[in-house]
Formats: sequence, structure tokens, C-alpha cells
Amino acid sequence: MRYLPNSESDRRAMLDAVGARHIDELFSHIPEEYRLKRELKVPRQMGEAEIMEYFKGLAGEMSAGYGIMLGAGSYSHYRPVIIDSLISRGEFFTAYTPYQAEISQGTLQAIFEFQTMICELTGMEVANASLYDGSTGIAEAVMMAIRITGRSSTVIARSVHPEYREVLRTYAQHQGMPIAEANFGANGRVDLKALDAAITDQTACVVIQSPNFFGTIEDVAAIADIAHQKGALLVVSIAEALSLGIVKPPAEADIVTMEAQSFGVPLGFGGPYVGVLATREKFVRQMPGRLVGQTTDKQGRRGFVLTLSTREQHIRREKATSNICTNQGLVALMATIYMCIYGREGLKELAQQNLAKTAYAVGEFSKSAKVLFDGAPRFNEFVVQTSGDPKQVNDRLLGEKIIGGLPLQKFYPELGNAALWCCTELVTKAQIDAAAKAVRA
Amino acid sequence: MSDQNIKKVRRHVSQNEGLIFERSSKGKRGYKLPPLDVPTADAGQLLGSALRDDLGAMPEVSEFEIIRHFTRLSTWNYAIDLGMYPLGSCTMKYNARVNEAVVRMDGLANAHPYLPEKMAQGALRVMHELSQALIEICGMDAITLQPAAGAHGEMTGIMLVRAYFEAQGKQRKKVLIPDSAHGTNPATAAICGYEVENLRSNAQGMVDIGALSAQMNEDVAALMLTNPNTLGIFEEEIHKIAELMHDKGGLLYMDGANMNALVGKARPGDFGVDVMHLNLHKTFSTPHGGGGPGSGPVAIKKHLEPFLPTPVIVQKGDRLAFDYDRPQSIGRVKAFYGNFGMHVRALAYILANGPDGLRQTTEDAVLNANYLRKKLEDVYDLPFKAPSMHEVVLSHRLQAQHGVKTGDIAKRLIDYGFHPYTTAFPLVVPDHGAIMIEPTESEPKEELDLFIDAMRNIAAEAASDPAIILNAPHTTRVERMDEVTANRKPVLRWKPGS
Repeated sequence: MRYLPNSESDRRAMLDAVGARHIDELFSHIPEEYRLKRELKVPRQMGEAEIMEYFKGLAGEMSAGYGIMLGAGSYSHYRPVIIDSLISRGEFFTAYTPYQAEISQGTLQAIFEFQTMICELTGMEVANASLYDGSTGIAEAVMMAIRITGRSSTVIARSVHPEYREVLRTYAQHQGMPIAEANFGANGRVDLKALDAAITDQTACVVIQSPNFFGTIEDVAAIADIAHQKGALLVVSIAEALSLGIVKPPAEADIVTMEAQSFGVPLGFGGPYVGVLATREKFVRQMPGRLVGQTTDKQGRRGFVLTLSTREQHIRREKATSNICTNQGLVALMATIYMCIYGREGLKELAQQNLAKTAYAVGEFSKSAKVLFDGAPRFNEFVVQTSGDPKQVNDRLLGEKIIGGLPLQKFYPELGNAALWCCTELVTKAQIDAAAKAVRA
Repeated sequence: MSDQNIKKVRRHVSQNEGLIFERSSKGKRGYKLPPLDVPTADAGQLLGSALRDDLGAMPEVSEFEIIRHFTRLSTWNYAIDLGMYPLGSCTMKYNARVNEAVVRMDGLANAHPYLPEKMAQGALRVMHELSQALIEICGMDAITLQPAAGAHGEMTGIMLVRAYFEAQGKQRKKVLIPDSAHGTNPATAAICGYEVENLRSNAQGMVDIGALSAQMNEDVAALMLTNPNTLGIFEEEIHKIAELMHDKGGLLYMDGANMNALVGKARPGDFGVDVMHLNLHKTFSTPHGGGGPGSGPVAIKKHLEPFLPTPVIVQKGDRLAFDYDRPQSIGRVKAFYGNFGMHVRALAYILANGPDGLRQTTEDAVLNANYLRKKLEDVYDLPFKAPSMHEVVLSHRLQAQHGVKTGDIAKRLIDYGFHPYTTAFPLVVPDHGAIMIEPTESEPKEELDLFIDAMRNIAAEAASDPAIILNAPHTTRVERMDEVTANRKPVLRWKPGS
């Protein structure tokens, strides 16, 4: 086996050293009846060329070369080449969690830079080193709000990503955390009256997403007022991180949880992505996940360490703030590099391009179908209602090598023949025109 | 200090590099966008009061500075590509490059999770084939690939346990966890609404069968067992453990963190495990990436299948499809389908190995650990004498007489060119003195011999010159960090002007 470095004579020498005649003697303490006495039934060992061919075949059954007008929590943005050049350095991708600070300063400093940039973008004071993704980020944020407030229930907007809401329900089901949902109004934003009515004196937090699942930007300040007046915290989830290039950050929130996939992370059929949790300094000891802090060594030189670990499972065990251990280190590094590449001006310029494509698309689609939720600002997604089944629209578009919008029947049956479309900078005018035409047909 | 006994490394300059923000200067650019092919939009008009005018202290740097910045940072890291990384319980093995090549193939890397199923057959096939292979390796009946990491898999597994008892109409209160367990186990049980009851180990470092039989009753939902346990010891009485659990209607959960000791040699499903998680980033070679991403599939026996997270992959005619219609499901644990990129890599690893390679891998991992044990047990205390599998746990008892603790020995290993072992865990080793070494199959005998040499030298130094260990490392860019101040006055971000 080509990954194994020991020769037969090395193995013999080591067996002799440990005093075993045969390798099976080292497994002899496994009760006889549980030892596997046959080879596993998995495919035979393949050569590298065969492995490449095998996956090329599978990759060929996918949508390579298609224009993607799907968003809904997973965004097709251009990935600058240097991201993969840098993350492919073995010193980054074959290292483990930076427990040993003296020989992990590269990873630690990069995380510190990540935390800083996330704070700058979200308007929060502290950010952690990452969580699994945007969906579990909400669950962690809610558990955190419950610890902070001592209250038990949550109100979540129905305009939050349906799968994020499902994940929250899964996490909450055994922790005595009731969840109420607040509906959206005619403009696609949270219905403020419904929200206000849903909050009780046991509501630990209100959870919204902005831009929300429909692409609509919520009135965060107004929602924060409503939540805060009743002593609840506001958790804002952001699924499309690039929106922060041009949309005001939710600075009124108490906790921001974000999916940062847009920052240089491949679509990858849904993962691995990178979740983030950012909050106010006063809540830092209630945060889940790893944190990197700046300090000095004995000579006074600046350096970085994992810190505030008394919150974590390896110290606190069942009393920890979360059971999380592994996070999304390398994906956070992708996002860090991406944020450096585009930086202060580029994120704005790129966000502006997304805005322009979407504004153009909304104009074109409106000529032949109904674009829902007018009257509130949106970023790069919009909901289109058609006379026919959106799946048929999408089938027609496959011939043009375009993947059309996400049919919403499953998640929002009340919207009828609606689909959620997305225009990133990678969607061309020609593709938008073709899609608008297919909607018309 | 003298470097004369250090054979594996020598000193080498490393470049200084500030924070990226300190390189930033107005007007520098690392990007160039293509021109827009649609009319520009008036952001102010479209967004109104939601318009953002400034991105604060986000950096402005050129492309080459970014390359240099992160390349310099990378050289400050130790990594498996540089040498042995014997962190016990972490299985730091070779991360094959073909895995990285296949996962970046256009069709897989750029697949949107909401592609119509007919456009996603290749991705579904990857998940299906991986599922089949893992089910066979574990000897289980079904699997979910959705959990994002080991701890997430644990949570999913224990939720399946809860759902199982709920469906029977009689929920139980407690989960038993051995004192040798990883900290994620009790944290997980708590999230799932179970009380945690500690189960003590016997003098051999294994589950105390007497204690288990005294503590097991109809209030106990499951035992969370790591096997081999965190001492690297196979629970020889596993059949009794499983029987005791099952006799009282309980379930046996296995933390599969240590599957690198078993693949191709023994199957948890055969020795009575009902539910278990795997860490693809350990056993199945997906890269650790400086702390993630991981992937934590959960394999189960038939009786837990109705409760699996949605969606589940099913065969529909000649196609694969996602089944969302599963009324008894615990629900989703993550958006989309899990860390698919890790699924691709793990499948590539399994295909590169085949049945013979997987078995040989396990054999080599166990042989390497036993070789280290044999060569070190005369100079380091071996607190538990039971046979070792893929890792060996020593203790600092002998060196502590000179004031040298496991954490100090670890720091001195850095000077010898190695990443330290896992320190002070498991907690069943007295005085927090554990030295937990997992070499994995990826280490050649030469590297192991250098490690042995380093550990033996350090043992000698403990007696002759403890100060050199207590002040280690001496050869790194930075010395031991002031963690107390880091904790007391946390500085968690850079600020302009700081």
C-alpha cells in the first residue's frame, strides 16, 4: 500500500522487538469471536490513475459548466486562485488544532486576523474561531442567549432559512427550549406586530436572518427595539456574507451568527462551510467554540494562544458552553485569505456588482412574471412567482446550461408557484436574459 | 543550550511578519473585477438606510503581499507533512494528495447543494458508496453522513438513542460515561437532555464490570464507550458490557475516535454496538486543517434506522434520491448533507487502500504503537499494563520526581523536532500525568527511532538537567506564552492604532 512507509523487513524488526511472531498476536486480546477473519467487502485497491478516472466519471454526472442561479444559503462566487495555493501548503492543511502555541503561530495568527475581520464586518466586538456552519451557528447562538438571560424560549422569524430552523428545532427538542415562529409580511420582512405578540417574558432571544431567506434586508434596528424592550436578546443570522460589503452591519444585534461560505469557499454540494459567531465583549465568557487571544512570551514578543478555554468541553465536560471541539479551521483560513484579497474596497465593489446584476434581473423577470416582496430592499436574491410549476421552468433552462431558482413549494406552500433566484457576479447578462425568457414561456 | 543530542532538526531562520492590517495601506489592491455586463445600480437608491458606507479596518493589500504573508505564517506551524505528530486520540496520519485532487474536480467542487437530483447523481453516488463502505467497515446496518465533526456525531447518535426510547414510550434519564472518556462525551449527553453518570475504570484501565452492573438499570439509556478506550486498550470484556446494557434494555454507544485500531480487524457491530460515530478526519485521512473541518458520520443498527436525520439517500429506480419523508426522524443536525468535501476524500482514501490496505494500515498503526511502548517503558512509567493497540499511554511519574511534568516533556520534544503527544489526558492517569502517544501507521521505523531517541534523551535530561526541560522550548520563534494574562485580559482582535 503506497501510503505505508514500513518495509517487510522494518515490520519484521519491529515485531521482533516487541516479541511477537506474527502481527495477529497484537490483536489476540480481542475476543476470538469478534476478530474479523475475512477481508472487508470494499472495492479492491485502486491505482491513483484509476481513482482519478473514477471521480472524473462521477464529477461528469454533475453540473460543471452550468450557470448557477441558485442561492438559498450557498452562493456561487468567484474564488481567487491564490486561496487554494495558500491553503494547500502542508503546514496549514496537515496541522491540527493549535494546542502547542510555540509551533502553531501561523494558524493562531491567521485565526486572530479572521476574528478581527469578522468583527469589522459584522459590527460586533468579539468573534470566535469558527463553528461548523450557519445552521448550527443559530443553535449555538440560541443556547448562548439562554445562558445569558436565564430564560428558556426563542422566537424565530419564518423568513430564516428553513433548514437553519430545522436544525434549531433538532438541537432544542431535548433541552426544554420552546420555539415560536413569527411570520413575514407582504414585503417579505418579519411582521413586526406578529413578532411583538410572540415575545413573552420567557423569550431569551429573537432570531432573524438578514438578508433573509428571500433576499430581503430586514429592519434590524426596529426588530432590536422590540426584542430589547421585552428583555430578549437579538440574534441575527447572515447566510450571504458578501452582503456585508454594502449592507449596513446588524450592529444592534447581541449575537451575530454568519455562514461565511461566500468568502472563497467552494459550493461543494453543501459543505464543508464555515460558521461564525460574533457578539459583544460582555458576553465573551458565554461564547461557544475556540477563541484565539494575543499575548506575549517570556521575552515580551507578541504571540497568540487559544484562550478562555475554561468554557470548553475538555475542561468543563457536561457543564461546557457547547460540546464543540473540531471547528472549521481550514475553511476559516480560506475566508481569511478571501477577505484579504478583496478587502475594504473590493468587498464593496463586488457586493455592488451583485446588487446590479440582481436589480437588472428583477427588472427583466418582472416583465413576464411576478417578483414578490417589492417595497423592501434586497441584496442578491429574489422570489419569482410564475403561472406554471417552477420545476418546468428549470427543466427548460437546463437546455441552456442554466440551473434555475429553488422551487419554494416544499418550504412555503402558501407562495404557490414561487422560486428563489440568485444573481451573483458570476451570472452573466445572457444567462439572466435566457432565464427571464424561460419564465415567460 | 546544547543541541548535540538532537538529531532530527537543526535551527533555521524564520521570517518575521506582522498582522495583515499592519501591511494595509489605502489604495493597494489584491483583486481586479471584470467590467459589469449589466447597467450599474444606484446602491443608495436600492438600499436606502440599509446602505453601508465604509468597511472600517478591513485590509487593503496587494496579491503578492498576501502570498508572502500567509506563506510566512505557514512556516511557523508544525505539520504532519514535516514530521511525526503523535497526538494521542487525534490520529494524525498522512493526508493523501489524490484526495485533494479529486475533491477539486469542477463537477464536485462547484456543485450547488440544491441542484435538481438528476443533476447531482455523481455527488449522491459518492455519498452512497462511502456509506456502503463505512457500514461494512463498522459491521452496522445504516448510516448518516450529516454530522460535521466527531462531537456533532456524538450528539446525533445520542439523539437517536433518545428518539428510540421515546418511540417505545418510556424515556430514560441517564447516560453512563467512563472516567477515561473524551470531554465531548459528557458535554454531548448534557445537550441531549441526559444526566451524566460517571463510570469508574478498574485497575487495568478498563470498564469496571462490577461497577457497570451496579449502575446499570432501567433509568440508563446508554453507555458511551470509547473502544479501544483513551488508554489505547481494547475492552476485553466488551461482550459482557454489551450484554449488561442490552439485558436492561439499554443501548451501547461507541465513540469511534479510535477506529484506526480496528478497521479490517474487528467490527463494532459484531461486538454489540448499537450506534457509533466515526471521525473521517482521523481514521479516514481527511486533513485536520489546523482544527477542522471534520466529519462525523453515525453508523447504527437496524432498530435505530427510523430516527436517522433527514434526508436519507435511497435508490429510486436507476437513480439515487434524497428521502425527506421520515416521520420518526430526529430532524436535521446541519443544513444540506454534511461536509461533502470530506466524504469525497474519505472515499478516495478507501479506494486507494482496498480491503488489504485498510487491514495493513491498522496492523501497522498497532505495531508502531507497540514498538514505541517497548522502547520507552523502561524509562517512562506505564500506568496501565494491558496490551496497547494504536496508542500507548505513559505517565510522567518517574520524571515528576525531578519536577518535570508531562507538559514540560512535551515542550522539550519540540526542541527535538517533534510535535508533542497529547498531555494530561486521559484523566484516569494519576496526577494529570498522561503522556498519550499515537504514532499512526504513517511513521516509518526511522522516524519512530528518532522519537524514541528524543524521549530517552529527555528522560535522561530530567535527571541531569531538569531546567533545560522546564524552560523548553528553546528553538522556536516564540517561547512559552503568557496564558494567564491572555485569559485575564483577553485581546481577541486587532484594533486600529494598537
